[in-house]
Amino acid sequence: MAYISKRNRRREKEKQIAANNRRELIAAGFRRRDLLKMGLLTSAGLLIPKKGLSAHPVTRSGFVLDDDEPNSPDTTPFVENMPRLQVLQPQPVASLGPPPTKLPNPAAGEARTEPHQAFDQFPPQRYYHMSEQLGSVSMAPPGELPLQPIWGFAPIVNGVIGNAVTPGPMIVERYGPLGVPQQGSVLLRLRNNLPANNGGFGLPSTTTHLHNGHTPLESDGFPCFFKERGQFYDHHYPNVYAGINSTHPGTGDIKEAMHTLWYHDHRIDHTAENTYKGLAGTYMLFNEFDTGDENTGFKLPSFGDGQNPLTSFDIYMVFNDKVFDNETGLLKFDLFNTDGILGDKFLVNGKIQPVLHVSPRRYRFRWLNTGPSRFYQMFLLGPNNSTKSFWQISTDGNLMEKPVQVNSSRFSVAERVDVIVDFTNDAGKTFFIENRLQQDDGRGPDGDVLGAGQGDKILKIVVDGPVVPDNSINPALITQFYGFPNTADAPRITRTFRFERGNGQWQVNGQLVGDCADPNDIRFAIKRNSVEKWIFQNNSGGWQHPIHMHFEEFQTLSINGQAPRNSGLIERGRKDVFRLEHNMEAVVYFRFRDFIGKFPLHCHNVVHEDHAMMVLGRINDVGDNKTQP
Amino acid sequence: MAEINRRTMVGLLGTAPLVGGLLVHAQTPDPTSDSAPRFKNISSRQRIRERYFPNLILTTHTGKKVRFYDDLVKDKIVVFNFMYAKCEGICMPITMNLRKVQDLLGDRMGRDIFMYSFTLKPEEDTPSKLAHYAHMHKVKPGWTFLTGSPADIETIRRKLGFVDPDPEVDKVKSNHIGVIKYGNEPIERWGGCPAMSKAPWIVKTLSWVDWPKDMKKNGGAS
Repeated sequence: MAYISKRNRRREKEKQIAANNRRELIAAGFRRRDLLKMGLLTSAGLLIPKKGLSAHPVTRSGFVLDDDEPNSPDTTPFVENMPRLQVLQPQPVASLGPPPTKLPNPAAGEARTEPHQAFDQFPPQRYYHMSEQLGSVSMAPPGELPLQPIWGFAPIVNGVIGNAVTPGPMIVERYGPLGVPQQGSVLLRLRNNLPANNGGFGLPSTTTHLHNGHTPLESDGFPCFFKERGQFYDHHYPNVYAGINSTHPGTGDIKEAMHTLWYHDHRIDHTAENTYKGLAGTYMLFNEFDTGDENTGFKLPSFGDGQNPLTSFDIYMVFNDKVFDNETGLLKFDLFNTDGILGDKFLVNGKIQPVLHVSPRRYRFRWLNTGPSRFYQMFLLGPNNSTKSFWQISTDGNLMEKPVQVNSSRFSVAERVDVIVDFTNDAGKTFFIENRLQQDDGRGPDGDVLGAGQGDKILKIVVDGPVVPDNSINPALITQFYGFPNTADAPRITRTFRFERGNGQWQVNGQLVGDCADPNDIRFAIKRNSVEKWIFQNNSGGWQHPIHMHFEEFQTLSINGQAPRNSGLIERGRKDVFRLEHNMEAVVYFRFRDFIGKFPLHCHNVVHEDHAMMVLGRINDVGDNKTQP
Repeated sequence: MAEINRRTMVGLLGTAPLVGGLLVHAQTPDPTSDSAPRFKNISSRQRIRERYFPNLILTTHTGKKVRFYDDLVKDKIVVFNFMYAKCEGICMPITMNLRKVQDLLGDRMGRDIFMYSFTLKPEEDTPSKLAHYAHMHKVKPGWTFLTGSPADIETIRRKLGFVDPDPEVDKVKSNHIGVIKYGNEPIERWGGCPAMSKAPWIVKTLSWVDWPKDMKKNGGAS
């Protein structure tokens, strides 16, 4: 018999009590709203943590058998201001040393192995430079949690390395004017300066995906193109519209414009811990239509400098959920979980449940969920449990045909939603961004949407800013953005991808991801400049999967045989993540153009992704005919 | 047979020196500096130990009593999987696959890399049955099969995440044999991969948690 300390005995006993309580609650058929009524839920929406009713046993997944530990320490919500993400400054290419090269430069410490395929056609006009390194940040009001050791991105400007932050600095770029695509081309040099000591989780070996640029694939952040400590990687982002070298030579198809992107670590098998530790940041693209200036183009709320509250009304909000160790107060990651990890603290732009002060006018919010595993359905909770509607304008950063008025937006890991919220008549009022989508374990939400005020309040918005001019357009008056590219061309091939589980292991079409350095494990080939139709299948009633395809946006043709919806929960639109819900089959339409190379198709529940729920493919000039790769 | 010694594995990591004269002055976060006094300054390694590696007593296929943390995990690179001797399904190919991994790891097996196969059926898998299984598969030193009290084995299975959130699925033992978990205990690098991944790929994944060149084996940064 193993020795059990007194302390452990007490814990064992508490655990037993928790288990009994839990069984009783479940046996009695209590649902979350019952628990709320009974006062057994915290304001953060979780079961009260102390003395025998831990959230962990109820979450089943998440922290496996961690039920002898309480939840995260208490923090006071809505004290800290929501940070506006700092903007990374571009620099002239001539000042970059060592100078960027078309061929990989291993002698200088570059990890890249393939030449830049579009370097001559779109020479970088400016560059961005960052270091992945240890940082120390505060996520809670002063005194409530220790400073957190994170892995973040630190700007390097004129050779000086700043502090690492998470989310990483925002890259704000602009497509070249129509006909002058070269002007949008940039280079991002990333250095891996991470420490060997990881402080409990994280692999200091990284590859960075720009999600979801139309990027030559050697720069896209392929999971096995990683850089080790001390190495760097030059990513060439031409920022061109798809079709530039094919269907719309010289210009690209404006209907393929993308506006809200993000970058994040994509290290094979270790993405979940590395992104959870902080390796994710934002990226936006403007053009002569979505200009960032509310006086021009589509007249969407101005971005300004991204910082000044009197002139910046286009705000990127990065949502994620985390757990903190109750003993040390430090971020903790469930090392052996394969189902999906849920946090009990909700962060926006790196702060737990912050506050945003706004002026009575229209705003553009860009919502991103960086995971690891939670799905959100966000509502705007107003006074007296009212729900304020807003305008959804894009799906995964791609403008819809026109704005659609909605009461909520649902987005799983990696999905983005841009919305316009009109606070013009709300001076003095307070709102909350509230997640009402019930999710009790890492497998996915159970589909239950809670009532107003019963979800998790994530961000408090107070309309107490000064009255400022609003030259942005009323979204109701926008009749069309770009329109969608046609889906009438006949596909070269239809392929099926079944996302499933076998022997406790994630699989796609019954197979594992394999060895990404082995050409035999690159399972299928797409012919460059061809059209393909893909069928995504989830035969499970227990799991949901955000399926992400790199490099190209798709359009959904049907979901379970029905045309995608264009109201309520928006399904129509160009996307790069398909939310594959219970027992769902979807048909999507892709056009693969311009560039070649290797890519992954994978589940973006990053825990599933790290456990083989990925298929590797390539785009080349031959293609293959595998219908179930 | 390709033998991968420690040097080769470190070589796989391909670390290169800092270039361009950029030196990072690593900020060492001070957990106490944000005046959160109620928190304890416990190392993350210690927390991982407390969270995942209860020091339960287990029995090896050679009949030796061992403690889970002290004897099996501490200071080592480890590979965990679950199996049972009478498994008719995928256990056999998985064990054969792990044998290939064992061969590829060469003399590091049993030196600083250890493989542990826990039985899912401690009631029937006695040490002698496990010994027979190990012998049948020509298992070399460094790979240990383990049994123990059903409660302790269950605790370890859950701690290491060989579980399914659906209780019905969880009951089926064969649902827990498709995965291996691995890690380097002192340097706190952990991961998992499918047990049926190709053996060289499993060896490659292990190289990612190998001792970094600039870190001492006991986990202290140089």
